[in-house]
Amino acid sequence: MKTKGMVFVTVGSTLFDALVEAVCQPECLATLRKLGYTSLMIQLGKGNFIPGKSVGEAENIDIEYFTYKPNVAEYINSAALVISHAGSGSVFETLRAQRPLVVVVNTLLMDNHQSELADELAERKFLYTASPETLVDTLRTMRLDTLVPYQSTEPSALAGTLDQFLGFSPA
Amino acid sequence: MINEEDEPAVMRWWSILSLTLVVGFVVRLVTVWMFTGHPPVTAKGLRNQRPLKTLIVLGSGGHTAEILHIVEKMNFKNYSPRCYIAAVTDNHSLAKAKRLEEEKAGDDSKQCRYYRIYRSREVGQSYITSIGTTLFAMVHAFYLAFSIQPDLIICNGPGTCLPVCIAGLVLKVLGVRWVVMVYVESIARVRKLSLTGLLFYKLHLMDQFYVQWPKLQQNFPRAQYVGRLM
Repeated sequence: MKTKGMVFVTVGSTLFDALVEAVCQPECLATLRKLGYTSLMIQLGKGNFIPGKSVGEAENIDIEYFTYKPNVAEYINSAALVISHAGSGSVFETLRAQRPLVVVVNTLLMDNHQSELADELAERKFLYTASPETLVDTLRTMRLDTLVPYQSTEPSALAGTLDQFLGFSPA
Repeated sequence: MINEEDEPAVMRWWSILSLTLVVGFVVRLVTVWMFTGHPPVTAKGLRNQRPLKTLIVLGSGGHTAEILHIVEKMNFKNYSPRCYIAAVTDNHSLAKAKRLEEEKAGDDSKQCRYYRIYRSREVGQSYITSIGTTLFAMVHAFYLAFSIQPDLIICNGPGTCLPVCIAGLVLKVLGVRWVVMVYVESIARVRKLSLTGLLFYKLHLMDQFYVQWPKLQQNFPRAQYVGRLM
């Protein structure tokens, strides 16, 4: 079987145990292994759930974790897949690094504007969305090769509009 | 001995004076509102030659990342000197701004100023104590705004920028300085504005109001769609 490498799982600095628990379920680990991923690196954030090593060993997948690091760029860049909470920081850092991304929306949060963002980006095929309950299904059915590479509008568009408004000649 | 006509006369003068002040203030407020959103016209004509003293409000976390991304693309020749404000409790934003300045502006970055501002309300703070801290934050914001006297304020939420922008409005109304105010709604807002954004929009406080999603622009037509900036 072709191996694809590491999956980076992050809840940012938030509390979202449901995501970590969903990823560490035997069924989910088996699915990831079947897709060719060999290890997990998990940022636990403020969560209390600590994944047990033995779960990973049973499914032949390495599980490592840490609570929080301000800079996770190296993990994102070396990941073959990122499974993230819906916070815009983590989402856009992953998209800009052009890594395949599954966003898991925290269904327990009230007034969830985060899910609006995830849905909008999923509609444009930049990423896949799931909830902790549907994560396994999403992993099974996703086709990463159909994702569209993310592109932002250059912030210089805004800078240009502002220059014009203030009466500065274009650079 | 008191002249019987003196007291009413004094009272009359006082009431005329205070009425004039109130009317003057209201007229000035309405004028400022009418000119808000129109390009500032300089004495020399339409083309602006002078660089603008720019105050950038860093909102912490993702807000800081977004606004610095914009600052990175600005032509520093037009926006100079630059001042940065972050919340007292925010330990990372000013360092990030400093790093960006040193990389982009080099020696010029020495003109930059960095300030910390008290926040009106911390996450989880009770509403009763937040009345006191809000007042304190307002006074602090006024002190900073009056001592900096910026030509331009750029902010993108969250609540940290609210007292600063109110202070900016007061500078405008008092005629101390015409502060151009710019708000960029976060990319995380797709259909609805954030609370801070909604307040600024409804109060017509901003000269430029930018959003990053077309649907949001459709819902709030006075905003300008500038594309996804992240």
